[in-house]
Amino acid sequence: MEQPPAARTRSDRPGNPMFPHRHLTGIAGLQPHEITFLLDEAEHWIALNRGGASKHDGRLAGLTQINAFFENSTRTLLSFEIAGKRLGADVVNMHAATSSTKKGETLIDTAVTLNAMRADVIVIRHDASGAVQLIADKVDCPVLNAGDGQHEHPTQGLLDALTIRRRRGNIAGQIVAICGDVLHSRVARSNILALTALGADVRVVGPPTLLPPAIEKMNVTRHTDFDAGLDGADVVMMLRLQRERMAGGFVPSPREYHALYGLTPERLKRAKPDALVMHPGPMNRGIEIASSVADDLNRSAITEQVEMGVAVRMACLDVLTRGRRGIEGWA
Amino acid sequence: MTVLAILNGRIVDPAAGTVTAGGVLVRDGRIAEVGMIDMPAGADTLDAKGSLIAPGIVDIGCFAIDMPAFAAGGITRTALMPDQSPPIDDGALVQRALAAGKPALWVHPIAAATHGLGGTELAEIGLMAAAGACAVATGRTRIADARVMHRLLAYAGALGLVTITHAEDDGLVRGAVATDGETATRLGLPSAPAIAEAMAVARDLMLVEQTGAPLHFRQITTAAAFDLIRSAKARGLPVTCGITPAHLYLSDAEVGPFRTFTRLSPPLRCEADRQAARTAVADGTVDILCSGHDPRGSEEKRLPFTEAEPGMAGAETLLTLTLGLVRDGLIGLPRLFDLLSATPARRFGLPGGSLAPGAEADLILVDENAPWKIVAQRMAATAGNTPFDGLPVQGRVRTVIKGGRVL
Repeated sequence: MEQPPAARTRSDRPGNPMFPHRHLTGIAGLQPHEITFLLDEAEHWIALNRGGASKHDGRLAGLTQINAFFENSTRTLLSFEIAGKRLGADVVNMHAATSSTKKGETLIDTAVTLNAMRADVIVIRHDASGAVQLIADKVDCPVLNAGDGQHEHPTQGLLDALTIRRRRGNIAGQIVAICGDVLHSRVARSNILALTALGADVRVVGPPTLLPPAIEKMNVTRHTDFDAGLDGADVVMMLRLQRERMAGGFVPSPREYHALYGLTPERLKRAKPDALVMHPGPMNRGIEIASSVADDLNRSAITEQVEMGVAVRMACLDVLTRGRRGIEGWA
Repeated sequence: MTVLAILNGRIVDPAAGTVTAGGVLVRDGRIAEVGMIDMPAGADTLDAKGSLIAPGIVDIGCFAIDMPAFAAGGITRTALMPDQSPPIDDGALVQRALAAGKPALWVHPIAAATHGLGGTELAEIGLMAAAGACAVATGRTRIADARVMHRLLAYAGALGLVTITHAEDDGLVRGAVATDGETATRLGLPSAPAIAEAMAVARDLMLVEQTGAPLHFRQITTAAAFDLIRSAKARGLPVTCGITPAHLYLSDAEVGPFRTFTRLSPPLRCEADRQAARTAVADGTVDILCSGHDPRGSEEKRLPFTEAEPGMAGAETLLTLTLGLVRDGLIGLPRLFDLLSATPARRFGLPGGSLAPGAEADLILVDENAPWKIVAQRMAATAGNTPFDGLPVQGRVRTVIKGGRVL
């Protein structure tokens, strides 16, 4: 199951045929069976996370995990921290606001510094597309992308795929409508890549000003009419619209956006009767999604997404550090 | 009196459109005879050993005076962009830049069109021309305000100066680092539609029509813009355009995994536009081939793609890459040196670019088949930011002769 050389990036080091990658910088470059492998691995951790008071597995004991977050985050950082701690790693968080990048240090210098501290796995979030790849090329340990600019957020793509697989039984053949600010969304890109690779029928839906050019080249269909985009969908995935983009730059106003592209119970009737509603959070209630939809326990998978996030991140941390831990077949 | 006889070469004469065996006799820094020359007694001789003997390259619109790179690339004269620190918007700064490369390289400064290249108030164009500026330029961006551009063209045109502009609509490309397309979408890079170029060209062609002033588009890279320029030339408008090898050889797919050496201004285009650019070279729409030499160190390039500065170190690869156009059958050797030397010199009133008796003896000897590999880390330039890193190429400058002196 050796991959053809063309599918590899420079930093890849085949560890095991099931997942021959050193880093997880994106869903792009992963084969469908590799995505499925990560989802299967994540399934193991759901039971542990749900099981009683002790949620500890010591397999990353003694390993240092640095969460280097150059962009503010609450939930993703927390999710990675919990994932690392449940696996027994020594987890250290580095916040941009208190880091030397504010003093003019370059990203490369920061990467070299983290490397010199002998981290065993580095989790990075950065506001520039490609920044994580830049660091991954400079360090000796596995790097996990926790979101880079408008490029990718691979663990989000994986956790969404896992949520859909568990709730709908399958991913292949599902009609998934990804709605809202696709242009600026790394979540949308990772989801499109993961879900199309696994055979879903993906639509992107939103105002034309918030849909990327040439998005059709990513094997999706493009809809600017919200109702048409929702028609018959199995999954409705809403994206967050940043406040600064509602003030006339991309859409005229929050209330117009809500009127045209907000998911309300009436709007949701266009989708299949049992359609799943998802949102990567944090939500703008009353703008892209109505509270009554977000809080509908029968339809909304939003809290389950958060739960799957921890399991997926545990799986990624485990798989990427197997080589360093000398696991047979991975070292 | 010093006399140099260059023997046993193949002379590329862009004016005559010929490549002929023979030599060149140089007397007191000027070309005396070309072809089957009579060897005067006591002349120094230089055996070209079958190399091409061609006029030195006149490179329009470089951003840095980078002597080793220009020497390696066979560039004997360069028109320096006003985008320096501080911008060349004053006669004294023109004079300082004029002396920067002598004697190996003649630098012909281009005057900033507006104070500080701010795009609002005309700079002292007349005084800078008197100080030796060869043209006037808007800098890395165009002048957004059509009224300012109108006045600039009228004013510079009356002084007999060609205006050089950048062709991208500033509004459309604000914040963009790539061209709209699959690559930008997949990588999540802010991008702008390719028509930003044609929109800028269309406005400026109207202003040329209105004022009659000569205008040079430093780089044109899209099919739509070439079409506009083609028809403007057919109407007799005094417009010319240039291009660098990057847009003739690379499309936006080369941005690949965020390779910042491919971050250029204008950005790389789609494959159809790249093909249109090659057609425009072949059919004569392109007037000038230039390097756009802009060396950028790792502090400006080893950054996330959106934060990296645009530009490439192009001086030493300009000739070898454009010799590829000859091998590909797009143009002949004489036409290549028309695009590299003769037309740029003539358009901007510079000496050089000619093999006529009496012309400045700026000559290069070129082994057009010598194989080598472009390696970023081994470039002569002050920085090796080339998108062609690792590319095997053919054609190398063997000797540069500047004003009759062998360098």
